[in-house]
Amino acid sequence: MTKKVTFTLDGKALEAREGQTVLEAATDAGIMIPHYCWHRSLGNPGNCRMCLVEVEGTPKPQVSCRLPAREGLVVKSLSPAAKRAQTSALELHLVDHPLDCPVCDQSGECGLQDYYMGIGRYVSVLREDKAHAKKRQVLGPHIVLDQERCILCTRCTRFVAQISKSHELGIFGRGHNEAVDLVPGRTLDNPYSGNLADICPVGALTDRDFRFQVRVWYLDETESICPGCSRGCPISAHTSTQRPWHNKGRRLARLKPRVLDWLCDEGRYGFSDFDSDRLGRLTAPLSEVRSALQTHRDDLAVVASGSLSNEDWKAFKSLFVDKLKVKRFLFTPEPDQVGSEDELLRRREKVPNLEGGRALGFGTEIKSLTWESLGQDIAGGRVRSLYVVDRDPAKVLGEKLLHKLELLIYQGPRMGKTGGLARYRLPATDWLEENGHFTNFQGKIQEYRQALKPLGDARPDWKIFADLEAGL
Amino acid sequence: MAMTVKTVSRPSRGLLEQIYIWEVVRGLGITFRHFFVNLTRHILALIGLPGKPGAATIQYPDVPAVLGARARTRHRLLRREDGAPRCTSCLLCETICPARCIRITAEESPDVMVEKRAKTFDIDLGMCVFCGHCVEACPVDAIRMDVDFVELASYSRADMILDMDELLKPS
Repeated sequence: MTKKVTFTLDGKALEAREGQTVLEAATDAGIMIPHYCWHRSLGNPGNCRMCLVEVEGTPKPQVSCRLPAREGLVVKSLSPAAKRAQTSALELHLVDHPLDCPVCDQSGECGLQDYYMGIGRYVSVLREDKAHAKKRQVLGPHIVLDQERCILCTRCTRFVAQISKSHELGIFGRGHNEAVDLVPGRTLDNPYSGNLADICPVGALTDRDFRFQVRVWYLDETESICPGCSRGCPISAHTSTQRPWHNKGRRLARLKPRVLDWLCDEGRYGFSDFDSDRLGRLTAPLSEVRSALQTHRDDLAVVASGSLSNEDWKAFKSLFVDKLKVKRFLFTPEPDQVGSEDELLRRREKVPNLEGGRALGFGTEIKSLTWESLGQDIAGGRVRSLYVVDRDPAKVLGEKLLHKLELLIYQGPRMGKTGGLARYRLPATDWLEENGHFTNFQGKIQEYRQALKPLGDARPDWKIFADLEAGL
Repeated sequence: MAMTVKTVSRPSRGLLEQIYIWEVVRGLGITFRHFFVNLTRHILALIGLPGKPGAATIQYPDVPAVLGARARTRHRLLRREDGAPRCTSCLLCETICPARCIRITAEESPDVMVEKRAKTFDIDLGMCVFCGHCVEACPVDAIRMDVDFVELASYSRADMILDMDELLKPS
């Protein structure tokens, strides 16, 4: 149990752990003191000087990111002296900043803009020309650097040193020539590189994927859960639906981490094809699908995806286990849905919610086939009909084998190879188009919300299962 | 909410209204009054005496209409000295446009100091309200509006949409 201390910030009594900095304690209490270099996961080098505050009893303003809270400390972050100090720091940051907000992607969510409008509003006394540096330098597959916009807060170099531990970036030169750059011979290519665009408080590091697609003020944010792997990181889905000609017509513009600080590149950039290859309309009435299921209930195998929500799994169980008493299930991820993992976030299982199925006994009590045994069963004629939920057996087993089936029903958001072969196609919503819950590998149940309207006839999977069951 | 009913009595018609002739004469009286008042005012103006100006009809299209000094008409996109369009595709005009008649998509500019340029720039003059906010918002003076009279008419709605090539043509 750490000792608590009480100090005063702008006339308000705040509690802090002993040794915690004033800036951190204020942020925890929901009070914003301007800052660039401090980040809760990247430490406090104290080089940006934006968090200057007035401390009673000291003659000069102090940086609150390196000022430990102690009992009886009286801090003012809004006093005229503190504001003057912060404004001067901001003015120095903007000395060589090109002020190219109109073409900068960060515009609208930029720390410089926010603090200028919030505390700055000074009239610039700078008479010299701005210094120029490298612009539009592609650092790696996801990030592009503009050295002119950089304020040298060193968040990015600390990220590659402490979090991704890949050390691609460094600060080179001294004084006026100081600049962030790639370590010679390296490219910024680590599994977490996309985070640099998030942590950069200005427009120096921007996202190549998002670059020039849509201005940030046209985006809507929805709380969601990343379906990229079984970690289930909380994310914020930024969607562009107000003006369809932006973002190349795609509705999903970008994903940002929400509760956690980071998001891996696989999750961040894995869903840019969200709107492509979608199933459009329902091609046959459900009653026809029902009677086909009835006739084939003995030789039916069900291939289910780990992207079903907990709600979907429940309806799935009720239809296939309780009602149709299907014996053969396959829950194993496709070979390319198993990838690399690391200690930070990424998990091997690249589907979000097999755990939710396991909680209902799928893959534990109800055994799963393997892809090989399913292939053998189809080849041997033991399985003559297949119900596929958002999986692509045609890709794994080959199209030729699936031609042996008498009945192939495909349910899912995207066509894939299997969708093209299926006799019945049931369009389902994808995760951003429905409300639901995912259970991650730790058993944590997390809610995701609907961000977009379903395309075509798409409906949530649980509704399709429930409708099929209701008529049987 | 309960419907409010208000009973209104019909105006009663007297004998004069019912025989119509008097009403026709009264109506013609108004027409002739305007005719003679205007005639007098035009004659007074012609011989240089003071008085209110007479009503005028413009003989459009033989005589072009005279626009107010503050009138703004068709949009023009401007070019840099090197001939490239000035527009950096910042989308401020599209954002401020109250009629939502501007549609811009952006792309990388080959010039690294320019960075961003417009790939397409469409203005739907059928929706434009000619408020001039786009001109005000532009940070690089890339868009201006004509002040002289331009006949904005076409046979279809699609033809009212001007693309970048058309907007870049000098007036």
